[in-house]
Amino acid sequence: MEAKEVDKAHVAVDDFDPKIVAFCCNYCAYAAADLAGSMRLSYPPNVKVIRLPCSGKVEITYLLRALEDGADGVMVAGCLEGDCHFMEGNYRAKRKVRHAKRLLEEIGFESGRVEMFNLSSAMAGRFAEIMEEMTERIRKLGPSPLRKG
Amino acid sequence: MDEILEMLARYERILLLGCGTCVTVCLAGGEREVGILAGQLRIHARQEGKSAQVDEHTIERQCEKEWVEEIKDRVEGVDVVMSMACGVGVQLVAEMYPEKPVFPALNTTFMGYPAQHGIWFENCRGCGNCVLHLSGGVCPITRCAKSLLNGPCGGSQNGECEIDKEIECAWQVIYDRLKKTGRLEWMNNYQPPRDWSTAGSGGPRRSVKIEEVLD
Amino acid sequence: MKSESNLEKVLEAGKFAVTSEIGPPKSADGNVVRKKTGILKNFVDAANITDNQTAIVRLSSIAAASILLQEGIEPVAQMTVRDRNRIAIQSDILGAAALGVKNVLCLSGDHQKFGNHPSSKNVFDIDSMQLIRMLKDMRDAKKFQCGDEMDVEPRLFIGAAANPFADPFEFRVHRLAKKIDAGVDFIQTQGIYDINRFEKWLEEARSEGLTEKVYILGGVIPLKSAGAAKYIKNKVAGMIVPDSLIDRMKNAADPKQEGIKIAIETIEQLKDMKGVHGVHIMAIEWEEKVPEIVKESGLLPRPSV
Repeated sequence: MEAKEVDKAHVAVDDFDPKIVAFCCNYCAYAAADLAGSMRLSYPPNVKVIRLPCSGKVEITYLLRALEDGADGVMVAGCLEGDCHFMEGNYRAKRKVRHAKRLLEEIGFESGRVEMFNLSSAMAGRFAEIMEEMTERIRKLGPSPLRKG
Repeated sequence: MDEILEMLARYERILLLGCGTCVTVCLAGGEREVGILAGQLRIHARQEGKSAQVDEHTIERQCEKEWVEEIKDRVEGVDVVMSMACGVGVQLVAEMYPEKPVFPALNTTFMGYPAQHGIWFENCRGCGNCVLHLSGGVCPITRCAKSLLNGPCGGSQNGECEIDKEIECAWQVIYDRLKKTGRLEWMNNYQPPRDWSTAGSGGPRRSVKIEEVLD
Repeated sequence: MKSESNLEKVLEAGKFAVTSEIGPPKSADGNVVRKKTGILKNFVDAANITDNQTAIVRLSSIAAASILLQEGIEPVAQMTVRDRNRIAIQSDILGAAALGVKNVLCLSGDHQKFGNHPSSKNVFDIDSMQLIRMLKDMRDAKKFQCGDEMDVEPRLFIGAAANPFADPFEFRVHRLAKKIDAGVDFIQTQGIYDINRFEKWLEEARSEGLTEKVYILGGVIPLKSAGAAKYIKNKVAGMIVPDSLIDRMKNAADPKQEGIKIAIETIEQLKDMKGVHGVHIMAIEWEEKVPEIVKESGLLPRPSV
């Protein structure tokens, strides 16, 4: 795994800058992020991208740990359904994200802070859009209740 | 989860203790599940504005004293131990650390094998009086909803059990297997009532292998 | 004579027997049993009392059987192994016999999952086969299941169920043979809608000589509607209802009357079959139709033996 800070040049308009951790599949979302960079597409800062060999590699503990460590939102981005490099990794990721949401609901935590997205490596524009979407959603939810801790 | 939160409500320092054997392979109480539950507990506590220390630790086997002994220091440092082992592990930990509350994180359900990844079937009740050599390798005590010994009841249809279409009629399977191997005789003969004293009706069970007992 | 019960006498005399069924109420109201008894009296040779049928709590079968005795109908007390272990069963049997009950039907019992206490613990200490043998040993050897002896044995006519419509079909006749070996005196079958399959089962039983060793009463359950027929076909495990019968009910101007008519036709067919010794009419919560069915099937008057 390798984390990289994404484009700090953009400054948030709002007071609240959601911290988002994005677990990205090497074959799609991560490549799309790169492409978005080369194309100079703008998307919100403060998104930490973590590269996974496949979205199926994500573990529920990764998602929970990211939240515990202060992330306001956590997302998993995998290939389009049917296009997984490892056949069905993205379906597994989908089930894990769904289960993580259930686990969070059990303890009364907003499960909307966790989400799964699908895109291909060519979809740089969609990548930027997803980041906007997620940032907007988290901004509405406000800072994570775990942040102050 | 509500049950677990209620059990732990009064405690601040928690040791979440996983077991590396059976509950690990059945994805219920190994290192991974310890990590998930610990995350849930910490997030919940912090949301409520409480301080909670949740230690995570998984030992090889909670059903053997040697392994349980090794965690003495960890146990001493907490208010409560939440065991993610089966009921056997929970009880051994409780027995070895009687001054510490030890709670079960799991509802231990049954002994079975995975039919496919993520789906398990019960197939042994540990009744102490095995008939698998006669019944084509299918346990009628466990896998027949009525634990019948003399063939299928009138609710067996299309190989399905009357209580649930997802459950095979054990006696249909037994019949097919015995027929295939020319051993239907057992099923055609009257089988007398069983001695259930070995199945738990004789009180708590104890097993002694005298040659293994150390003085 | 094993029991001197009326049912046994009718069968021994070679008459075509008629039994029916009374479901006790889900309350302590014994008058419900009395009322149903009044309907059936003189139309049947004996009436079964269900034992918490479909695992729904009802007035006890032995208590209801005792009411039947007071009212002048001979009871067949049903006894399941779902709710009692061998201690309770033997005790209840002694009690039933002391009250004058002479017929007992041995059943496994519907699983509690279907009833109103699905979270209860079942017993299944013994199965219905072992229950038959236990009662036979009590009666003929004066012995309890453990081998202990008793002074006064329960004189019982021992019945059991058979389901020709369940699977594996090839085993069903073997299972009947097992019940005969275990000591059963009479059999009441599951409700017959698929007469062809019943005949196939009967023929096999006949060829094994089983119909000479046990009395077989064919089960008849009158249908109330096409919906009921479909429900039985699809939802009740171990039942077969041919589509032609469902269509017949669907197209009938008066489905209830059609259901009665089908029941009567089935009984007429059963009467002609070699190896069938009687009929068991199960009109669940429709007991008032039994007299009509018995009368129209030409089974009146009931013999006094």
